[in-house]
This record gives sequence, C-alpha cells and structure tokens, in this order.
Amino acid sequence: MNYSGEFLKGLWRENAVFKLLLGMCPTLAVTTSAENALGMGLATTFVLICANLVISLMRSFIPSGVRIPAFIVIIATFVTLVQLAMEAYLYGLYKALGIFIPLIVVNCLILGRAEAFAFKRGPVASLLDGAGMGLGFTLALFILGAVREVFGAGELFGIGLFGAGYQPLLLMILPPGAFIGLGLILALIARFAQRSPKG
Amino acid sequence: MREILRLALVLTLITAGSGLALSLAERATREPIAEQRRQQMLQALRAVLPPFDNAPDADRIDLKLGTDRKGQPLVRSFYRGRSGNEPSGVAFKAVSPEGYSGNIEVMVGIKPSGEVNAIRILTHAETPGLGSKIEEGWFLDQFSGKSLDNADWRVKKDGGQFDQISGATISPRAAVKAVREGLELYRSQKEKILYGQEVGP
Repeated sequence: MNYSGEFLKGLWRENAVFKLLLGMCPTLAVTTSAENALGMGLATTFVLICANLVISLMRSFIPSGVRIPAFIVIIATFVTLVQLAMEAYLYGLYKALGIFIPLIVVNCLILGRAEAFAFKRGPVASLLDGAGMGLGFTLALFILGAVREVFGAGELFGIGLFGAGYQPLLLMILPPGAFIGLGLILALIARFAQRSPKG
Repeated sequence: MREILRLALVLTLITAGSGLALSLAERATREPIAEQRRQQMLQALRAVLPPFDNAPDADRIDLKLGTDRKGQPLVRSFYRGRSGNEPSGVAFKAVSPEGYSGNIEVMVGIKPSGEVNAIRILTHAETPGLGSKIEEGWFLDQFSGKSLDNADWRVKKDGGQFDQISGATISPRAAVKAVREGLELYRSQKEKILYGQEVGP
C-alpha cells in the first residue's frame, strides 16, 4: 500500500471508533462537549504519532519477548509529556479532561497500532498510520461530542444554538447519553454502508 | 540465561531513556505549572475577597486542628486580604464530603466581621443540569451578606433561609453546611486567623 493509503485508511475506512470499535473508554467518557472531545482526540493523536514513530525506529532493537512492556513504557512516556505540557500551557483543558489524560496510556488503539503496525513497518509509514488513525479517532470523538453537546446542552463550543426556550435533553450529557449517541451513530453508518454499492 | 539478560538490558535501557526524557520535561514545565496553579488560586481569591492590595495567596496562615482518623494532621489554610495593611477579608476553602457524588470544594471569602462577602464553587462532580446548578450566580449570590448571626444556615426545605434547587437538595445542603462550618471555625479562631504569624507557602 502506498503512503497516502496508510494515512487515509484511518480517517474513515478503518476508523478506530466507528469501524474498529477501539478506544471506547475515552470515547464514552470525555465526549460531553465538542471541545473536550477535540482536546482528547488531539492529545491521543499526538501520543499515537510519537509512539508509532519511536516504536518503528526501535523495532529491530526491541526483542519480541519484552515488546509489550517496552511499548507501554514508550506510550506512557509520551502521555506524561502531554500531561505536563497541557498543565503548563492549556490549564483549562487539563482540568476538563482530568483523570482521562493519564488513561490515554491504556487506550487500546495506541497499543493496537504499535503491535499491529509500527512494530512491523518503517518509520514513515508508521508515522502516517498514527496520524491517520489519530485524526480519525479525533473526528469520531468530535462528532459524538458535538451531537451530545447540541442535544444535551443546546450549545456547540459553549455557544447557545436554540435560544433560551430550548429545554436541554440532559440525558445526552449524562453517561447513558454516550452509549445512546454512539449506538445511534453506528446504526446510521451501518444503514448508509448497506445502501451504497460495495467498493 | 543470556537471552533473559538481553531482555532485561533492553528494557532497562528503554526505561532509563524514558526517565531521562521525563525529567527534562518536568524541569522545563515546573515553573509554568506553578504559575498556572498560582493564577488559578489568585483568580478564585479575587472573586471572593473584598478589595485588597496585597498578595493573599502568599499571606497565608495554617491552623492545625488535631488529626484525622488516619492520624494525619488536619490543616486548614486561610488566605488574608489586606487593604493598606488593615485586614480587609479572609478566604478559605471549605470542603464538603456530603455532595451527591464526590467532594464539593467551595472557596469562601468573608469580611473580618465574619459576614460572607462571596463564594465560588471550585470543584464538584454533581449531576450536570441538577446539582451542578450550585455553580450558578443566583445560588452563590444568596450567601453574600449572610453571617452566623443574621441567617439560618439551612436550606428552605430544612427550615432555613437558603433556596435549594428543585430536584437536587443534597448538593445545596452540602454547600450550605460546608460554608457554615467554615464560618464557625473562623469565629472560634478569629484572632489567630486575622493577626497570627504568617506561614510561608
């Protein structure tokens, strides 16, 4: 597969959330608003790109017997870097994402890409794979976050959409709203995938 | 045996590299992080204290109030605002473990007389749309001007003077109680808090 294919597949065709159903914990937990979802998605993308690149560069040096602990150490290092940088320069987002930043370490999407892709492929392909997968993940989180914020709070990025008369559908920003929202989006995608001709 | 040594060596090298990278990053971000926390604190203090011209986050006094159940010392910090060297107000954090979910942390600012100037909710994990309304202005504003002597520190449902939130009585009740306990502590230790030796940060 060529390089642009490695990048593009993560955006939609192999989208982490909508197609592979990976990384469900942050997907469900932090998508209470479009802003939180975007912040989480970009933080994850950064970790994914860095981890993929470093693991790919070190793949001949890491014996396969300790590859999983090695992946986790590398991923955890980048997550901690993100956390420190966010607390220093993006304090508002840091407070909003809270406990979910350290939990990026256990996002199975990142470990999954390290194991399935970066450990076997060259650095350029791994970097593009990380970027594509990460941005696809961000896109999915953003869609779910926006849907939940629009219905649950009547706002998008904190800006009111429907005027004061709108009674927010609170359920959507509570935890059940994450499951319901994601389920409906998945159902819609499946519906349209059925209609369109197989390609 | 040689294989095991090789695995251990590689993993050690990776963790050592990781430790090095993290210590460099920690050094680079230490100051901005401390500054962010300070700004956050100052912002809360500015919101609750009467006008001041000193740095209340540095003019702090810690009161030791015995020990908690685990034997750890219980310390409450008071931040003193001054205007032309006279105490203009005192701010403290009141924490209530009685919220609907998790602790509710309230920053309370009072005038030296013991009357509430303003309060702000610092952190909470109450239900969005119900208990979370304790963050809204109309709820916070009803504390201003109240003291232990001129108000009944209970929510209306319990016979007091504070409006509760329909559908969520637990969160306002916890907030009111936390502020009241803070005021009681202030009254019993007033001299020490206002004029005691300051303790460095």
